[in-house]
Amino acid sequence: MAEKNVILSAKDVEIEFSLRGRKLKAIRKCSLDLYEGETLAIVGESGSGKSVFTKSFLGMLDSNGSIVGGSITYEGNEISKYKTEKEWRKIRGKKISMVMQDPMTSLNPLKKIGVQIQESIEMHRGLKGDAAKQEAINMLTKVGIQEPEKRYNQYPHEFSGGMRQRVVIAIAVACQPQILICDEPTTALDVTIQAQILDLIRSLKDELGMTVIYITHDLGVVANVADRVAVMYAGQIVEYGNADEIFFDAWHPYTWALLSALPQLGVKGEELPAIEGTPPNLFTEIKGDAFAPRNKMALAIDYVKEPPFFEVTPTHWAKTWYLDPRCPKFERPANIMGYKEKIRGMEG
Amino acid sequence: MAEKEKLVEVKDLQVTFGKGRRKFVAVDDVNFDIYKGETFSLVGESGSGKTTIGRAIVRINPVTKGEILFKGQKINGKISKELDTEVIRKMQMIFQDPQASLNERAKVDYIVSEGLINFHLYKDEEDRKQKVQNALKEVGLLPEFASRFPHEFSGGQRQRIGIARALIMEPEFVVCDEPISALDVSIRAQVLNLLNSLKASKGLTYLFIAHDLSVVRFISDRIAVIHKGRIVELAETEELFLNPLHPYTRALLSAVPIPDPEMEKQKKLLVYDPSVHDYSQDGPVWCEIKEGHFVYGNQKELEEYRRMLK
Repeated sequence: MAEKNVILSAKDVEIEFSLRGRKLKAIRKCSLDLYEGETLAIVGESGSGKSVFTKSFLGMLDSNGSIVGGSITYEGNEISKYKTEKEWRKIRGKKISMVMQDPMTSLNPLKKIGVQIQESIEMHRGLKGDAAKQEAINMLTKVGIQEPEKRYNQYPHEFSGGMRQRVVIAIAVACQPQILICDEPTTALDVTIQAQILDLIRSLKDELGMTVIYITHDLGVVANVADRVAVMYAGQIVEYGNADEIFFDAWHPYTWALLSALPQLGVKGEELPAIEGTPPNLFTEIKGDAFAPRNKMALAIDYVKEPPFFEVTPTHWAKTWYLDPRCPKFERPANIMGYKEKIRGMEG
Repeated sequence: MAEKEKLVEVKDLQVTFGKGRRKFVAVDDVNFDIYKGETFSLVGESGSGKTTIGRAIVRINPVTKGEILFKGQKINGKISKELDTEVIRKMQMIFQDPQASLNERAKVDYIVSEGLINFHLYKDEEDRKQKVQNALKEVGLLPEFASRFPHEFSGGQRQRIGIARALIMEPEFVVCDEPISALDVSIRAQVLNLLNSLKASKGLTYLFIAHDLSVVRFISDRIAVIHKGRIVELAETEELFLNPLHPYTRALLSAVPIPDPEMEKQKKLLVYDPSVHDYSQDGPVWCEIKEGHFVYGNQKELEEYRRMLK
């Protein structure tokens, strides 16, 4: 592939929350480069920090949280230094916008759908009155809502879950942002609706030339949408690479564990390999590899020293000692061996 | 097929909500049997009525037409008090959202033993405590958790408490209403394993309600696909995945994401359009098209389905 432009770059970002006088380190030195026009999926379990990390690109951290280290650069500006709402508003909703998980709670139930879309158009694009209304109706058409003129005057409760999510997407893309962050956009929806919403986001991305970040824990969704995948665990990205590299040639034990817990790989009557234990407590300092206590085949060094990133291919990097040339011989978990064949065998 | 014991039979079930002009038929003309020891799954989108069927079976939703038999006895409508007690004991339910289904103000000890207390199923205080501890151990929790409150637990642990509460009644039949939809990926596998091992050790029968077909495929013996309150297709798990006949089943299967980036990106999505059915002259019937494989359609469609069978 030709040289890609980095559109947003996060370096060694550290985010802390203070809770009842204690410090919780939600993001521990996390770095990420986002390339223009790509779709990146961030995977990880709840509490791994995937939402917090991306919310920091928009200045949407809760008031008790702050970026304490590292930097986030967007269009040559160090946005991690932004303090005031006024500064953030130049970016949030206009250049970078977000689709939230639950379409039931992310719309204002007391305002008409159209007005909610119009709001962001008026604020960021300088259109007023009828022109803004016309644009809002255009947006409704664009996200596939029938009879947009009539729908414009309806309230959120008159929409089904899938339709509401379309409205939320319309609001998010109304200002033609460069980056769209989708935080579990389909978790609350049915499979059939999910497929439609994913298709919609994809076609909007092509039409408007957006860069999309997906946050999800569903590997099926990842396979559907992502060009690149980043796996997050305990506030760090532990592995990233192109989608097929992550699915077919994973190196981090946490990625293995996520893949092997897929029910598609399960054999009936046998146990699914679950990930035992719980994620580490982020109030305390983590020593070594954060996943080691849950990793049945952890190396001695995993408990002592944090692994650096090792290169697998120029696009694929993993933060694990297994890639160190000094690492003793090991085998990946048996049930992700022949992953491709197993999955394809199922689909026949 | 060998004679299998029918544990639950559902015949011509209809459930409606509201009255008169506002009447809404949520579930209509539903027929199926659940055999002892199997996991029977109901899949469909939200609003299709799958939960309503589950709730009708455990007597939460009243039935307007048809009957439900448990071990050959009719259990819907008016039944004797003794039978009611027995049904409540033998049929338990596990709910979807472990955040919402546990009483926030009660301790785990009370939550788990509430059923015992209601029916006085213990000899003395000692015996009750023992039973609670056993139930907690069975679902992989520590006995000392009994003195804690639900908010002290994670989602997976709460779901385990929900399971312990159902198990303590020593049920034979458990309705699992989307027990893992609200859980995280890594916890999902743990809870699925737990449900499977409990089924084996206690000889339970499950009615599993879900919309995630990859999970359903892993856990169930037979699957019924439900659309707008009607079962459109019912078959053994692998048979259904190999030979999906009804257009709705095919659309549903095509929408399930495959965790393989190459295949997933080539995949063609089917969309179900209910207007493909022309039932104006030739009415649809519920027909066994192949042994154990039922589908809903009219004669013309059934003809076509027979040709499609592999």
